[in-house]
Amino acid sequence: MVPIEIREVTLIYDTPDGKVPGVKDVSFNVDASEFVCIVGPSGCGKSTLLNIIAGFLTPATGEIRIGGKPVSGRGMDRGVVFQDFAQLFPWRTALGNVSFGLEMKGVPKAERERIAREQLRLVKLEKFTSAYPHHLSGGMQQRVAIARALAYNPAILLMDEPFAALDALTRDDMQRLLADVWQKTRKTVIYVTHNVAEAVYLADRVIVMTPHPGTVKTEIRIPLSRPRDPLSAEFIEWQKTLLRELGQDENRSTGIGYEPTT
Amino acid sequence: MTGVAQAVQNRRSILRAVATIAAAAGVYQALAMSGVFAPALLPKLQTILSTLIAMLADGTMVRHAAYTLYRVLFGFALATAVGIPLGIVMARFKWVENFFLPLVSALMPIPSFSLVPLFMLWFGIGNLTTILIVFYASTFPMLFNTWTGVRAVNPLWLRAAGCMGADERKLFWKVIIPGASPFIITGMRQAFLRSWIAVVGAEMIAASDWGLGWVIFDAKEFLQADVMMASLVMIGAIGFVFERLVFGSLERLTVLRWGMVRLAKG
Ligand SMILES: Nc1ncnc2c1ncn2[C@@H]1O[C@H](COP(=O)(O)OP(=O)(O)O)[C@@H](O)[C@H]1O
Ligand SMILES: [Mg+2]
Repeated sequence: MVPIEIREVTLIYDTPDGKVPGVKDVSFNVDASEFVCIVGPSGCGKSTLLNIIAGFLTPATGEIRIGGKPVSGRGMDRGVVFQDFAQLFPWRTALGNVSFGLEMKGVPKAERERIAREQLRLVKLEKFTSAYPHHLSGGMQQRVAIARALAYNPAILLMDEPFAALDALTRDDMQRLLADVWQKTRKTVIYVTHNVAEAVYLADRVIVMTPHPGTVKTEIRIPLSRPRDPLSAEFIEWQKTLLRELGQDENRSTGIGYEPTT
Repeated sequence: MTGVAQAVQNRRSILRAVATIAAAAGVYQALAMSGVFAPALLPKLQTILSTLIAMLADGTMVRHAAYTLYRVLFGFALATAVGIPLGIVMARFKWVENFFLPLVSALMPIPSFSLVPLFMLWFGIGNLTTILIVFYASTFPMLFNTWTGVRAVNPLWLRAAGCMGADERKLFWKVIIPGASPFIITGMRQAFLRSWIAVVGAEMIAASDWGLGWVIFDAKEFLQADVMMASLVMIGAIGFVFERLVFGSLERLTVLRWGMVRLAKG
């Protein structure tokens, strides 16, 4: 898969009430097939950064390089999964949703349905290929969204708090499934979360961001072997380390990991 | 839903519709039989029914209805062909919206009926005028609903489709049209209703010999309240069939099935 370089990226929102800093001078690299989590309290610019990498927003300064080449705008080298369940097309079945990207690429019907079925099997939804999204639970809908983002085989997967709106038990299942999918597909992943346990479970490396303005505070490598055990002593140690990093700024009271997201 | 449950539901909904209409007919009949109004002005149900049957049997009513339906469907089709694309383009491109919106706002409140004399001067009496009146009346609801529907399309769908390589053309057919479909279907319903209202009015003045509107107006000359009523029943029946069968099915097969709109509870 391909590496990503984020260099000195700055974005300022122009709002009617004045300028709001989104992210400021953010730089870091992501290796090929690496799983990187971006963690930080609400409003620290995680979504802004992910949207810049996805090509939805253009930074004021700085650049994004993918596989060594600077990119501008969206591209099919990146698959994106959002937090909102409503990202699926309600008028398409699970299979129809997952084959959308392939359809845009001009892949023949039989072939794209075969691939879409395979992707749905990967996220354990092979029994629900012909279900419409409104008949699926939130967790299932997010799995369809992951399958949809993977189906046209982008090198990179960008995810913005995809499990934040799920209940805790489902979220644990989803994290296991995602770790599994990542090991099978070896995509380069950038995963935004404000949940520390989630970051320790999933990430090779965690980028810690702080707000006002949104900047990278530090990077922490999580050397735990996979599959990871969230109840092990080391796991909890790493969680504490991350929490300490996050708690050192003035946002001590935001209760990282437990607050509802924005 | 299983086939059996669906069939039971359908039967129930038909029964409910029949009950509502029977109650209304009962009230009318009681009024007609009370003797407060002259029978020539307020004919009894059986008189209306026998007139209707006679006119259906000799083919005149069918022909009136066919003329009217032709004008409605033609005008409605034109309105759809213009209203949906224009509504979409207005919602997608600011300059198109800037250009058309004032025009739409100014033209929309003009009752189609008030244009009939003018259209008669321009296009004479008959199909052309009546079709254009229908077109005028039904374009605006089509346009307005589509415009609203496209602006209400979830931006996440556009983003997701954009990531997956959809160009503007693919977005249009594969995301915007289905995404706006609840509004587009509402627009079609309203447009169809407006078409009916417009066609009857237009036919009263701008049609000769055939059409449900014309026959109602013509019957006034001969004090034939039963013919008027029979024609009204016909208009109601056709409208009902279209609303229930055509638009109802369209809704069931699309937005209801996709969960984009829901049935009322209970
Ligand atoms: N569309 C927008 N317009 C104006 N300000 C925005 C917009 N999106 C985000 N912001 C602001 O930018 C900052 C970073 O937001 P965001 O990237 O959404 O943070 P996070 O995803 O970490 O919660 C916040 O202060 C937020 O209020
Ligand atoms: Mg966010």
